[in-house]
Amino acid sequence: MVRIFSILVGLCFAFVVLLAFGFGAYNYATTPAEQTAEARYHLAPRHDVRFSFEGPFGRFDRQQLQRGFQVYREVCSTCHGLSLVAFRSLRDLGYTEAEVRAIADQWPHQVASINPDTGEASTRKPIPADHIPGPYANETMARAANNNALPPDLSLMAKAREEGPHYIHSLLTGYRNPPRDVEVPQGLHYNPYFANLNIAMPPPLTADGQVTYAPGNPAPTVDQMSQDVSAFLMWAAEPNLESRHAHGWPILIFLAIATVLAYLSYKNIWHAKHEEEASA
Amino acid sequence: MSFPWAEEYKPKHPFMRWMDEKLPLPRLVWGAVGGGYPVPRNLNYMWNFGVLAGLALTLQIVTGIIMAMHYQPGEATAFNSVEHIMRDVNQGWFLRYAHANGASMFFIVTYLHIFRGLYYGSYKAPREMVWMLGLVIFLLMMATAFMGYVLPWGQMSFWGAKVITGLFGAIPVVGDPIQHWLLGGYAPDQPTLTRFFSLHYLLPFVIAGVIVLHIWALHIPGSNNPTGVDVKSPQDTVPFHPYYTAKDGVGIGLFFLVFAVLIFFMPNAFGHPVNYVQANPLSTPAHIVPEWYFWPFYAILRAFTVDFILPAKLWGVLAMFGSILLLFFLPWIDKSPVRSGRYRPTFRIFFVILVVDVAVLGYCGGSPAEEPYVMISQIATAYYFLHFLVILPLLSMFEKTLPLPNSIAESVLGSGKAGEAAPASAA
Repeated sequence: MVRIFSILVGLCFAFVVLLAFGFGAYNYATTPAEQTAEARYHLAPRHDVRFSFEGPFGRFDRQQLQRGFQVYREVCSTCHGLSLVAFRSLRDLGYTEAEVRAIADQWPHQVASINPDTGEASTRKPIPADHIPGPYANETMARAANNNALPPDLSLMAKAREEGPHYIHSLLTGYRNPPRDVEVPQGLHYNPYFANLNIAMPPPLTADGQVTYAPGNPAPTVDQMSQDVSAFLMWAAEPNLESRHAHGWPILIFLAIATVLAYLSYKNIWHAKHEEEASA
Repeated sequence: MSFPWAEEYKPKHPFMRWMDEKLPLPRLVWGAVGGGYPVPRNLNYMWNFGVLAGLALTLQIVTGIIMAMHYQPGEATAFNSVEHIMRDVNQGWFLRYAHANGASMFFIVTYLHIFRGLYYGSYKAPREMVWMLGLVIFLLMMATAFMGYVLPWGQMSFWGAKVITGLFGAIPVVGDPIQHWLLGGYAPDQPTLTRFFSLHYLLPFVIAGVIVLHIWALHIPGSNNPTGVDVKSPQDTVPFHPYYTAKDGVGIGLFFLVFAVLIFFMPNAFGHPVNYVQANPLSTPAHIVPEWYFWPFYAILRAFTVDFILPAKLWGVLAMFGSILLLFFLPWIDKSPVRSGRYRPTFRIFFVILVVDVAVLGYCGGSPAEEPYVMISQIATAYYFLHFLVILPLLSMFEKTLPLPNSIAESVLGSGKAGEAAPASAA
């Protein structure tokens, strides 16, 4: 009885879903595939750079992070905040406490505060305990200043996109003239690495030497600056990456030894059982 | 408990004797996972996953309780408090990655545990209750995991909650009120977050309770084994401890090795990048997908694209819930007297097709709702239902099974050996 009912229900579901398949297959076969401009021109991130933090032994290159931070401060921070990263965390990049205090004090944007005398809303210079502020107090202000586009906070950008750092590097160096059949709306810019091809952000890195690196660093070409800021944003998104890798290896080695020992004791215990039976 | 030759608990130390009189907790442990539980001697490594699922639950509870000390279930605070755990809490990144990947590990071992049961016929009499309690645990796990994924309040958290609770909206008449009741409003918002947090904290303890029932029900007939043949004599069993505690030690070691690789070297492999963007009700992500462990069911849901008497969406919801609920009836659908797939040559072929089918469903469920994925998932969905509801009942009527060994001991030691050894142990 259960089985007859079961067969009927099974045939019913299978019939309905195969009916759906029939309609779907008919449509698929008869409707010519329409290829959108996105499908035709969108590009996956390039992998022409190998970052030092990739792979199970990856570590950040402190010099590169400092250069990337410089690019962020001089170029990106004009529009983008880094609201999840505190100035104090910049010690990780190799800056001294005094340097971090100076960076916070000279930051181009201020943080919200109140006037201690009147209680009115005001702003003050950041201190190392503050998170890195962007230029806009709220979303409305950001959109008003950017032709209704919203410059996203960059704190997690390197983890919030597929292949994060490679995506950022590809995007920053990916601006080009659009193909003839793509119409770029007014105020947008063609970039095949961006999801819908047209990005509101104008090319941020436009000329070699736009940022002046300290002596002893590689020449600040557009490609170099882009790599550096991509690496910096990876640090901003995952500041514990090195610590994570460093913890991982001893733990794996410990577990491997423990597993081998567990296997040997398992074999030993069962071996005794088999011996006992063989002699019985 | 289960067999007359189960070794009785005899405390040696005076303290343990005193304890046994007042509160026989050591006796309970002895009978449950100690020397007092006789287990078939031929269990293979597929029998490790029950213990591993229990371990995964324990790890989730421990990491989860610590994270709950730092998490703030607020619409404006949830996302940032998760990042606070990642950045400012000592070893917080480890806790969060262990908890997020721990959910994946929990589902991996649970799926292997379920497929083990399907292949070796562990759902059949006399273990129907064990099987059904296991399915209750599975449903509770899915609810817990779904609500947990909403808590970081990323884009996929928000839109996942919206889509999944929206499924209840497909139910006629009462659908909309149910959806609003689940969410505490018309869309995921502050009330959703606080109630999901509360339930996400509660349900793991409910799961722990049902696990106690699952193991209790298991101890009455005792564990199944790869031959599917009943235990007949002391020859067929070994005490759980030390024989299977030692074997579980190996499984636990391998479990932690895989887990450590995930946590320390690929912590975001199972996650979706969009969930690192804070929830925004005004911006829909391009592709809304649940976590990987829901993909097969998500594919079944989306496979129904045609209105036939009922609306397509309702068919999808019925099929999705039906695909799990039908498993409750499995002990009565598959009446083949032979339990183990080892002795069911035709069943074995269909079983392999089912495994591939579920993997294909999973792949399609994780892909965008476009052709050819929809067509593939439609074929795969049809097979899923045909397998359980049509093929299994027919097989149990017509399949020619292979001869079974006389006993577990015979299948391990060979027929001559078992006959020789039996009197020796009886003596």
